Amino acid sequence: MIETIASVGLPVGEVLEIKKNRVQPDSGSNKNGKRISIVTGIHGDELEGQYVCYELIRRINEQRDKLTGIVDIYPAMNPLGIDSITRGIPAFDLDMNRLFPGNEDGDMTEYLAAKIINDVEGSDVVIDIHASNIYLTEIPQIRINELHKEWLVPMAEKTNIDFIWVHGASTVLESTFAYSLNSRNTPTLVVEMGVGMRITKEYGNQLVDGIFNLMREMGIWQGQTISPRKPVISDNPDDVVYLNASKSGVFVPKVKHWEKLKKGECIGNIINPLEGSVLDEIISPIDGILFTIREYPIVSEGSLIGRLLREEVVR
Amino acid sequence: MQKKVIYEIKSLYRDDFQVMGYEFGSGENSVCIVGNTRGNEIQQIYVCSQLVKRLKAMEEEGKISEGHKILVIPSINPYSVNIQKRFWTTDNTDINRMFPGYHLGETTQRIAAGVFEEIKDYRYGMQFTSFYMPGKFTPHVRMMKTGFEDIELAKKFGMPYIILRNTRPYDTTTLNYNWQIWETNAFSIYTTSTNSIDTASEKMAIRSVLTFMNKEGIVEYQGHDGYISSVVDDRDMISVRTKMSGIFEEIVGVGDEVEKGQPLANIINPYEGEIVETLEAPADSIVFFAHDEPITYANTAVYKLIVKKA
Repeated sequence: MIETIASVGLPVGEVLEIKKNRVQPDSGSNKNGKRISIVTGIHGDELEGQYVCYELIRRINEQRDKLTGIVDIYPAMNPLGIDSITRGIPAFDLDMNRLFPGNEDGDMTEYLAAKIINDVEGSDVVIDIHASNIYLTEIPQIRINELHKEWLVPMAEKTNIDFIWVHGASTVLESTFAYSLNSRNTPTLVVEMGVGMRITKEYGNQLVDGIFNLMREMGIWQGQTISPRKPVISDNPDDVVYLNASKSGVFVPKVKHWEKLKKGECIGNIINPLEGSVLDEIISPIDGILFTIREYPIVSEGSLIGRLLREEVVR
Repeated sequence: MQKKVIYEIKSLYRDDFQVMGYEFGSGENSVCIVGNTRGNEIQQIYVCSQLVKRLKAMEEEGKISEGHKILVIPSINPYSVNIQKRFWTTDNTDINRMFPGYHLGETTQRIAAGVFEEIKDYRYGMQFTSFYMPGKFTPHVRMMKTGFEDIELAKKFGMPYIILRNTRPYDTTTLNYNWQIWETNAFSIYTTSTNSIDTASEKMAIRSVLTFMNKEGIVEYQGHDGYISSVVDDRDMISVRTKMSGIFEEIVGVGDEVEKGQPLANIINPYEGEIVETLEAPADSIVFFAHDEPITYANTAVYKLIVKKA
């Protein structure tokens, strides 16, 4: 059942609507009363979640009789952004994921944020699917604020992702969708996977498998599920090494994503096409595995090239 | 006047990214004045340019007091101005959400760190900045209630208003907040406009900054002392919000005095020309902020009013 959860009239002949699809058992009987919410498209340039929403509904519809709870699908939190290849909310140039919990009496963006929170709050699990950005490709992972670690890590382990990254608390992150819900006791897992402006079906299918597994554990899916892969878990900031460009130029990788690297191995070059020269070689400073890699070739001094997880953590 | 490069990044195809600073006088780091951090803050650069011109002349006349150094950085972000984009050229990040910065981090974190390193030890910090919504302001000094704010000091600018507001999560990454944490007395100064030039408020800003520095014994300046500032808590202002989206037809502008019930603006149906909403003043007040775009969205605070005391 498709419902509009928020709508606002735009200046010239158009209404902005945020929609969800509530998928529930055919009989209408929601046996155990539980609900999972799948949310994506807060950043308009992150599209990996589009495929996940589609595939999840498609598979449920194939075995509708196996569904024993509610699945709420919110594919487009920022419809204007998705339409216009804009990360933030167009016209306002605001990052929607810095507006939560919003304010029903506030401006259009705050109003939308508040309506979204009101609708999603109370779910038994929320999965907020992000797709990194247009610059970096990420291995399927869940990021968890250390404040909510004990509570969320066991849920995240059921979702068939490769990596769980527990990160430090930060004041700025208090205005995110996930933080707002977690602080209201609605458990919310933030998935980061793939890259902006693209769909990586392999990752999408991996996560959909994981969502079904989680649904089975919640008691709202009676169908067959995979047994989830065991993720690498990191909660120590020293586990992760950042590689930033030392020169402005064009990054050309030499290695693949999620590849195990030895200390001293070359990850790629920053080249200068005008001169035909190599400006810098990016060398792995440790033995580790590359869970983030630069996708967008143009780099400025400081641009993130990749993130490595130390070998010891992976083992 | 000493011109120096505060921070620099080499680019692949563009000219080097340079943050330029202009130093006047010598001695202790007394005052640092910063212009734009965003690409649309043209008025903020313009005010600084006029201040550079003025301080250069004053220095030649020996009017910068012995033992005081003043640094003016008209633009922390010339790259975004030159391509007319509000935020950072490649990743759309906001330099004024990157302080105190990180010199091993992403590009805008490095810019923030490189600039902050040079400006964090000043006694007074002044930033010409802009609001996240498009509109015109009555000139004012804005301070966050961090616990470090000094209202008596802010009164020395002689600007019409001092606005106090509570901090929000994102404030912790602004230049103003970090200056305060590093024990600089920091002030955000708002003139009337952002992406258009407003000479009246530019002149007021220059006079205010010079008056402040004169009162603190940093420069010798004799001008009009300005206003006895009214101190207003941001929460006490009334926001007048649109109920409808449409074409915004202004009736009263910034600085105007209005009576309760007086029409402020009309919202027009863009196809049929009918007035769909007339916004009215809820009390006798002064227009502090006024929207200045031709269209408006619903629920937008298009006016902020300071209520007159009975």
